[in-house]
Amino acid sequence: MSLLALDRVACARGGRLLFEGLSLALGAGEAALVTGPNGVGKSSLIRLAAGLLRPAAGTVARAEAALADEHLALDERQRLGDALAFWVEDAAPGIAAMGLAALTPVPVRILSAGQRKRAALARVIASRAPLWLLDEPANGLDADGEARLAAAMAAHRAAGGAILAAAHQPLGLAGARPVALA
Amino acid sequence: MSALVLRELRLAAAGGAALLPVIFFLLVATLFPFAVGPDGPLLARTGGGALWMAALLAALLPVDRLVEPDRAAGVLDQLALRGLSEESVALAKLAGHWLSFGPPLMIAAIPAAALMKLPAEVLLRLELGLLVGTPGLAALTLGVAALTAGLRRGGALAGLLMLPLAVPLLIFGAGYLERGNETGALQWLGAASLLLVAGAPFAAGAAIRASRD
Repeated sequence: MSLLALDRVACARGGRLLFEGLSLALGAGEAALVTGPNGVGKSSLIRLAAGLLRPAAGTVARAEAALADEHLALDERQRLGDALAFWVEDAAPGIAAMGLAALTPVPVRILSAGQRKRAALARVIASRAPLWLLDEPANGLDADGEARLAAAMAAHRAAGGAILAAAHQPLGLAGARPVALA
Repeated sequence: MSALVLRELRLAAAGGAALLPVIFFLLVATLFPFAVGPDGPLLARTGGGALWMAALLAALLPVDRLVEPDRAAGVLDQLALRGLSEESVALAKLAGHWLSFGPPLMIAAIPAAALMKLPAEVLLRLELGLLVGTPGLAALTLGVAALTAGLRRGGALAGLLMLPLAVPLLIFGAGYLERGNETGALQWLGAASLLLVAGAPFAAGAAIRASRD
């Protein structure tokens, strides 16, 4: 039983065909890394898999998913701990995994770009969704953040989860299926 | 759903955003007697209609904070990912928005009516009319906010979109004030308001979906 199944999917944005005939299935423990130059449709593929964009052709089926993209989607005035608690039942595993424990009383609006990325990933980690959709998850992360991300992704796959990530870096996803868009 | 309604209330309370329409409403009520003069009978005759106009314009003020910030921040995407339909999100927003808009406006109508020298029975009709009509106003605001989310200078367009649609509320609201319910104005006001409340979540939901493409 696959957690994500894309079947001959085509994506058109603004009347322009970005890609077509893309098929991909991810089962438990599997991961795929989407690569390609800027503007080729990596983020669109992630949003397509999330169900936020409709494919121009083909079908998308997925299990429950968690998404981390360029939008933080946390209330800026709230403290980080409260803002995360709005989205997940128990944010503690995510906060611990991304090393954010000291920042939970801090308002979201004063977090740095890297800290925001960590917060978005913490929500994904705490979501307990079997499928992770990560758009440029390592953008703005320092070496410690990248190591934490790699460890969290490995733990998620070991626990039977699947990951679809778009990135320019390798992300430390061992054995990830390459999806090259061109 | 209830968490979403509470979130709307929290956002409305943050930074006093919910107070803006109320302050605007009271400001109009203060300025109107200066414009038409302090003549008591004239004020009492025209003041109620002016307050309905003020309520309508006050309903426009929150239009740019209702949907666009959530769209830009990705909150609407995250909600959709959790399987919540856009219509449910819009309904929760409508409920939260009305709670932060309707009752405060009804309270502000009491001092406003005093400034307009409205008789007690007219104030009662104004309050009743606002109770029935403000859900419709809130629904209009939400629908227009969703339609203009993501557009540059959406605020100006929102006014042009919303004011014509609010004409029925204004006619029946002000008509009920003036003549009481002999022509069934309150029922018509209720019907117009109900229509807007029933339609707004679907219109707003579709607009939110369309804004992703």
